[in-house]
This record gives sequence, C-alpha cells and structure tokens, in this order.
Amino acid sequence: MADETLFQLLHTEVVAAAYGGGRGSGDEGQRNGLTVLEGMGFRVGQGLAERLPRGALVFKEELDTIKFLCRDLWGAVFRKQTDNLRTNHQGTYILQDNNFPFLTQMAWGQQYLEEAPKFLAFTCGLLRGTLSALGIESSVTASVASLPACKFQVVIQKA
Amino acid sequence: SSELFTLTYGALVTQLCKDYENDEDVNKQLDRMGYNIGVRLIEDFLARSNVGRCHDFRETADVIAKVAFKMYLGITPSITNWSPAGDEFSLILENNPLVDFVELPDNHSSLIYSNLLCGVLRGALEMVQMAVDVKFVQDTLKGDGVTEIRMRFIKRIEDNLPAGEE
Repeated sequence: MADETLFQLLHTEVVAAAYGGGRGSGDEGQRNGLTVLEGMGFRVGQGLAERLPRGALVFKEELDTIKFLCRDLWGAVFRKQTDNLRTNHQGTYILQDNNFPFLTQMAWGQQYLEEAPKFLAFTCGLLRGTLSALGIESSVTASVASLPACKFQVVIQKA
Repeated sequence: SSELFTLTYGALVTQLCKDYENDEDVNKQLDRMGYNIGVRLIEDFLARSNVGRCHDFRETADVIAKVAFKMYLGITPSITNWSPAGDEFSLILENNPLVDFVELPDNHSSLIYSNLLCGVLRGALEMVQMAVDVKFVQDTLKGDGVTEIRMRFIKRIEDNLPAGEE
C-alpha cells in the first residue's frame, strides 16, 4: 500500500489547518498552531501505541523503548529508521533523521528554516504520545540546522 | 499503516469541529483539503500505477475502485447504479477505513465525516481533465448499511490558453 504518500499529503493539510480557524497571527498564532499540532500528534501517538500487541511493548530498559521509536515507530510512520541515536544515559536522547520526510518537499538548506518547526510539531507530539501510552512521561522538542535533516530531543521525566 | 491515517484524520476532524461553529463549514474545509491532496496525489498515483489514459467514464470508475482505492486505502469498493447515460455511478464501501472507532457525537448530525474523500477524487480527476461532482449519499456513521459515494461526470476540461494566445 502506498499510503505513506497519502499520509504525508494529509500532514501538509493538517499543518495548514492548525494555522487557520481564526487562531490569530503573529507570534501568538505561531505558538498556538504548534501547540495544536503537537496535541494532535500526541493523541495519534497514544492511539497507535494502544493498538500494538501487548507482547511487542515489553522493554527491559529505557534505551530499548527509545530504539523501538527509532526503528518501529519511524518504520510504521515514515517507512524508514532514524539515522542516528545519541544519549547521555541520564534520560536525554537525540534522534536524528538526515532526510526527514515532512521536510524533503521544502527547499534544502537554510531557506525555509523558519517554517520547519510547523512540520516537526506533529511528530514531536507523536513521540510524546507513544511514550505516554507506554507509561513514560517526556518532553520532546525538535531542531533543524539544515533541511531536510532534523533532530528530535526526548527528555524522560523522572517520576 | 492505515491506522495512522485513520487516527490522524480523526484528530483533524476533531480539531476542525473545534475551530468552526457549524458542520457545513467543517464539510467545506474537508472538501477543500481533500482537493489540495487530490491534485498532488494523482501524480503519485500515475507514477506508481502505470495505468494509461481512460477512454471513458466506465474505465475511470474501474481504475478508481480497483486500483486507486486499493493502493491508498486498502479497500476495493464495488461499482453500481450506473445512470442510463453512463455519466453517473456509485461506489459502495462495505467498510470505510476512515471511520474505524469513530462515532458521530449527537450535535454533529450534518457533518460529512469522510468529506475529504470527495475533495480528493474531485481534485485528482480535475488534473486529468475531468470535471466531476462527488458526494456521499449513504454513510454508515449515520446509520446506513453501507457507505455510498455518488460520482457524476460533468464535462471534459479543455486546456485553457491564457487570453491573447490563440
């Protein structure tokens, strides 16, 4: 099934919708739009995790859970794996994707750096939502130095 | 997986219902977004499917039901209710993947939940020079037994030259 194209096109419309609906322009509009996108991604991430077979979600260590995100979640959503994973072994993980599918349609390099966060917010929420359904609270942010490469920083909240 | 699309679509509809006061506006937004998706999806479809030019509306119907729906949503609707002139038909979806786990809340009786699909079909066909009208006539979400999409051929779209270039 070629549904990754359909999903990517839907995501583009979702980003546009997050900035519509009279949400206001300017900085406040930007922040609200990002919040809306992150919230949607969160609910979808929870939904996805809830539908996985229970046996697939038993992880011995936190690192195994993060690897699950890099391999299986990325595989299900983007049909690929992340390119790099770093950690300080103290609850912070950086997932790097050098060719992030939601950014590849935009011009490479620095030209659309300002627009990039809009296309990362949903995925941040997706990661946070999946972890939440697995019983892990986290905060997830994303950064882009040069399109289409980006990094997602996952910080696990200690109980 | 189709669950990803279904879940994301559900989150989108929920958000639109918050943003717009009445169902008609949500329906219009869904149609517009579907149109935007359709005009781009057609390129992907033509590249992947290798189908040639359709010679008539019956061929178009076959391609939509047996190739396109299968490719993107994993289902094969059946084609029924052809008009005598051959310019209208229905797609019958036994199950609609967009509505898995969805229940329409009571105060959204005018919402056409899957209206995005109408826009997608309209936009995609416009890019291959066909103007069509697409609408839902039955919806399992509203208690009907099946989901039925009615497609009507309006006209062939000729390439329009800019004014002054004859």
